[in-house]
Order: sequence, then structure tokens, then C-alpha cells
Amino acid sequence: MKKLSDCKKACIVKIVKLNADSELKQRFISFGIMKEATIEILGYSPAKSTIEIKVGKTRIALRSKEAELIEVKKI
Amino acid sequence: MNSNIKSCPVIAKHIKIALVGQPNVGKSMLINSISNAHLHVGNFSGVTVDKTEVLFDYKDYHFTVVDLPGTYALNDYTIEERVTSEYLSDNDYDLIVNVIDSTNLEKNLQLTAELLSVGKKIVIALNMSDEADKEGIRINEKYMSQLLGIPCLKVSAVTKEGITDLIDSIIKEFELEDIEHKLIFSEAVEEEISKIVTYLSKHKYEDAKSHRNIAINLLKNNKTTYAKLHDDPIWTELQLILIEASKHVELHHDSDDIKEAFASEYASFNKGIVTEVLDNKNLLEEKTLTDKIDDILIHPLLGIPIFLFLMWGLFQLTFEIGAIPMDYIDAFFGWFGDTVGATISNDDIRSLIVDGIIAGVGAVVLFVPNIIILFIGIALLESTGYMSRVAFLLDGFFHKFGLHGQSFIPLVTGFGCSIPAYMSARILKNDRDRLLTLFIIGFMSCGARLPVYVLFVGAFFSPEMAGNILFFIYIGGALIGLMAAKILKMTAFKGADEPFVMEMPKYRLPSIKLVWHTVLTKTMMYLKKAGTFIAAASMLVWFLSNYPHNLVIEQKYENKIEVAVSQEEKSTLKNSLAEELLEQSYLGTIGKFSEPLFAPLGFDWKMSVALQTGLAAKEVVVSTLGVLYSLGSDVDEENNSLIEMISKNIPFASAVAFIVVIMIYLPCLAASVVFTREAGGIKYFFYLIGFTSIVAYSLAFIAYNLTLLITS
Repeated sequence: MKKLSDCKKACIVKIVKLNADSELKQRFISFGIMKEATIEILGYSPAKSTIEIKVGKTRIALRSKEAELIEVKKI
Repeated sequence: MNSNIKSCPVIAKHIKIALVGQPNVGKSMLINSISNAHLHVGNFSGVTVDKTEVLFDYKDYHFTVVDLPGTYALNDYTIEERVTSEYLSDNDYDLIVNVIDSTNLEKNLQLTAELLSVGKKIVIALNMSDEADKEGIRINEKYMSQLLGIPCLKVSAVTKEGITDLIDSIIKEFELEDIEHKLIFSEAVEEEISKIVTYLSKHKYEDAKSHRNIAINLLKNNKTTYAKLHDDPIWTELQLILIEASKHVELHHDSDDIKEAFASEYASFNKGIVTEVLDNKNLLEEKTLTDKIDDILIHPLLGIPIFLFLMWGLFQLTFEIGAIPMDYIDAFFGWFGDTVGATISNDDIRSLIVDGIIAGVGAVVLFVPNIIILFIGIALLESTGYMSRVAFLLDGFFHKFGLHGQSFIPLVTGFGCSIPAYMSARILKNDRDRLLTLFIIGFMSCGARLPVYVLFVGAFFSPEMAGNILFFIYIGGALIGLMAAKILKMTAFKGADEPFVMEMPKYRLPSIKLVWHTVLTKTMMYLKKAGTFIAAASMLVWFLSNYPHNLVIEQKYENKIEVAVSQEEKSTLKNSLAEELLEQSYLGTIGKFSEPLFAPLGFDWKMSVALQTGLAAKEVVVSTLGVLYSLGSDVDEENNSLIEMISKNIPFASAVAFIVVIMIYLPCLAASVVFTREAGGIKYFFYLIGFTSIVAYSLAFIAYNLTLLITS
């Protein structure tokens, strides 16, 4: 399955599953990062340590390590 | 909490409002736009989260608005979230005003959906309606009110539109009987809810909240609701129904997490609402202003240089402009001390007031200009939305050391002064990140330590080398700090990495009124709290270094000074008097007593005492050494004779060890007080003492022996 962290800049994907533990999952969900949500990858910081995405109208930054926990598929 | 009630007429009705909303929806702006309101700023009990209460009268009502910290959901992940959800479930208030950013309706409704099951009356304020108009977003608020069963009103904190209407609807809603909000779930969930409701009704369970509300909260695993029902006889049977119901809901959503299942429920409910009430004319997504700014500010190559330049500018301002009023403040307290001192005839009392209290408090007030400028800068960075970009850019580097991207601001501030640095650590929203950063700030050598470095470097190195050595000391301190962070992260602050998920808000022009208000309250808090503590602590230090009096020594010297002929002789005598007095004072006794402890580092008792007076303020180390090496207390780091005395009396290895200790050991008293307050408990202060002492001692020991080895 494709991970969010593998996606290139400007890709638009849909979330299939969150593999995070319950606390992080809550955190994701409170930002709108949840199953069925559509995500646009806006870019990466130097060394790809953090990733910027757009969910709906909201821009969100997260670590690549956390992005690995998000399974996505291309649309 | 309601101390203000007394002042208002007895006939008036009180309406207590909990103001809730996601971060960056303009909640504070909205509060500021209410006219004739009184703001009370304090802390939520036990945590370092600012609590703003707004009081105002309108018609026959007396309003109290509690501005709860912005939160994305009612979780307990950050302190802010915890404070908000605890307040909503445990405190006594009449209704919730939910502030929503009209330009991002769907995301904001996620919190609204959760609020609907709190079981209180709600009024929704659709804020930033002017901005929404500009972006071509139309919300049919009348229809939205019908769909949710909640009054929804368009307001704008910027243009002050709709504020009066909002307050009127709050009154109207307050006077109404309770109504059930229209939160509708999917069929599968509704079925389970009705099963529980039927059960509760059958057993005639009585509660202030409706059965439907209880059922929803039980399904959502709401702790308070569980605790309430747990002791009821119906629980044994109800529990079985619940387990079954939860299973069905989870199955329906193909998830093993009931909260995730409910989030999906809310999301589809919200999507429904948004489709019904929102008309977005601007469907063609063109590049917004924020996109354009972000292209530059978080550019993979340019982003960090731009940020460093901005920070450099801020610190230039803070410490260059801040230094101008500092001289005046210093002069003022000097003059004030002299003037007050002249009116007091008793030597002891005069010394206590002038040298103890006025000097101590003066040292605290001295930092106010720095604090104001720095906080204006930080408030600007935060309110424009740039701060989260900084965290985004720097998190990669800082995370390697167990720190957070936003730790950067407090750490760099630490090079100027630890006090504003500790205070600015509040930008870190997570407890553990903030604590770890607080513990590391002291490793960044503050400005007050510079005199000590200059003195010692000047005594042992050639002028050409001095600059490099100084730079090496600063960089060395920072590196040790980062290492220490790594070690703390692996030991004391062990545990899973805190996730880094944060919103990058839209860029907005800051509101001058709001920035000023933030800065003003922070400065007042600093003056009030630190000021009182510092005054008490300076009295203690003053006492320890002045008592017990030894009349025999005083008498002996007074006679000698009287017969002395030359001015030079007199001042030498005065210095030896000061030295002898200090030696037999409590502080001197402590110094002598602790000498064996510092012997492995090569310190004599004078250096030990200097370190201890340095706890009051780092600059004091220099003046103490001056007194102890009999040069009078009016010395500074550029005093040549002190430099000579030091290079003559202190072995090189001891000096190296001394610098290491100065770099690392406990920050000054004022900073320690602020640290304790920001960390949230006196126990952290003791941890800090333990941590810095151990690190300082062991590193100084290594440095001492290494230097001995190399130079021998």
C-alpha cells in the first residue's frame, strides 16, 4: 500500500487507513486527516524531514515519520 | 471566580458564557471588539495557560465570558485541549458560544459536532464574515440555524459587524427552555442510540441531561458519563447493551476505534450541512495569497536564510534598542536608592532597602524593555501565522536532539536573557516539549554571563585570541545544551516521540490592538509575579552577605581608616574590611564550608563564594571576586588590576573549570523564579538544581583535570 510519505509534491491522494496509535489517530482526526479525506501534498522541508499537506482548505505540517503511518491511494 | 458580581446590581441576571473555537478563528479579536468590556487576565488553575475573562453589562444582563483556549477537538492531548474539555464538562456556565472561521466552515464544524453532545445551549458565531464575502463564500446562516437547531450569526470582529445581534441572540437563547440539538447520525448509529434510550426510559433513569445525550456520550466513551452511571444498579445490564452497540458501530465503520468511527459520523454530518448552506462562488481554486507567500517563506533553499535574517533583526532590535532605556532605568534606580537612602538614618534598614530591595527589584525592572520588544516580535510572528512555518522548517534539525521545531525561539532568546526565553517557551503547546526546552535554555549563555567570560578570558589569553575563545564558549555552551537535550530525552523525558502535526494557518495581518494587549498583559505578569518574589529573594541574599555583624572587626578597621593618611591607603583598608566582613558573614561561612566540595575543581573559597553570589545574578560574580581580591566592589570586567589579580592568584586549570561552571550551573535567581512558574511547580526547580549542578560539576571536573594534564 502506498504511504503518504512516498507521495511527490502536488500529488492529490485519498486516505485509505490510519495506522497510528489511538492518541495520534485522534490528533490526525482533529485536523481532518481521516479515512476518505482527500489530501494534496504541498511540499517538503529540507532533507524531507517534514511534509506540508492540504486537507480541505487547511494546511497542515507533519513529520515524514508520521506521514508514513497514513495509507493513501491515488485518485 | 465571580468576585465581580458584587459590583453589579442585584436585579441583573447573570449569563456566563464559555467561548470555544478552533485555533486561529479570531476568538480573542471577537472579545476585544465588545465595547465597554473589562478584561481580566489570569491563569487557569495549575497550568500555564492564559485565562481571559471578559465582563460587560448589556440591557438587564451581566455577562461573564470565559475565553477558553483554542482547540481542534475535545481531546486531552495538549494543555489547551485539556483545559477546554475539562472546563466544558466540569464547570458551571450557561451557554457555549462557538466561534467559527466562516472561510473554513467544514473543518470548524468538526468541533461544533463535538460540542453538540456536551449538553449545553449553544450559539454559533460565524466570524470573519467579511473575509468570507471577499473570497466569494456565502453561508445561508438562517438555514444553518434550522438544520442544527442552534442560532447561527454572521459576525466580524474586524468590522464589528453583527456583534450586537450576537449578544441579543445569546440573551434570547438563554431565556429559552432547553432544546435538543439536531445532531443526526447514520442509520446504524441511530439504531444503537435508540436501543440505549429505550433501555434508559424503561428503567426511568433520571438525569438533567436527555436520554439521547447520555446514550451518545456512552457510545463515545465519555468518561464523566461513564462515571455517573457506573454506580447505578442498571449498569450491569446497560453495560452489555453498550458493548454490543459499540461493536455494531465499529463494524459499520470498519474500524477498531470508536472515536474514529464517531469522527466519520461527524464528518459526514458536517459534509451534509456544508452542502446545504454553503455557496462557494469561487469554485475555481486559484493560487491564494498564502500560497504565494509560502512559496517564498518555506522555500526549501531560501526558507531558512530568510528566517535567520528575521530572527537576527529581532534580536538586534531587542538588545540594541532595549539597551537604550536600560541605562535610564539603571540610573533611575541608582538615584531612587540614593534619595530614599538619604532619608533613612538607621544603617541596617537603609542597607536593606537600598542594597537589598531597591537594587534587587531594579535588576528585574531593567529587563522590561527587552521583554516588551521581544514579545512584540513574538506576538507578530505568531499572529501573522509565520511561527508555524518556522517550526515546519526547523523541526528536522531540532528533532534530532529530541527538541521541537518551535524550541528554536526560546533557545535563541536565551542568548540574550533567560527570563524572556523561559516565558517564550509557552509557544510550545506540548508539556514534554516545553519542559525539555525549559531545561535546556540555561545552556545558552545569557548576556549577564559575558562580564565573567571577558574577565577570565582577558586574564589568561592574548587579546588576539580572546574573541575566538569567547565565541568558542558560546558555541560550546549551545552544543552542550543540545547534547544535554538528547540525554534528557533518552532518560528523564523518555517515551514515544511527541508527534508533530500542526496547522499552518492562513497568513493574516496582525491586529495592533491585540498584539499590544498580549504584550501588555505578559509584561504586567512579569512585573507583578517576578517582582514580588525577587524583592523577597534579594532581601535574603542581602541578609546572608551582611550578617552576622562583627563589631570587633568593624571597630578595628574604623580606627585604622581614621589614622590612615593617603586616600589610597584608606581604600585598601576599606577593601580588606569588606573582605573580612564577607568572610565571616553567613555567605562567607557557606563559602568556607563548601570549599572542600569545590576543591576537586581547583577552586578556593573565594571562587566558591563568587559562584554562590552569582546565583543572585551572574554579574555579581565579577563584583564579588573584586571584593574578595580586595579591589573594592566597584569593579567591572575591564578593570585591569582585577584581571592581573586573577591571572596571578588563580591557576589556569581552575579558571577553565570556573568558566565551565559559569556556563552551565543554575541560572540567576530571577530566571529561576520564572523557570519555576513556567515549568509549573517547585519540584521542577529542584530538578533543575540537580540537573545543572551535576552536569556543571562533572564537566568542570573533566575540564580541570584535562587542562592540568595538557599544561603539565
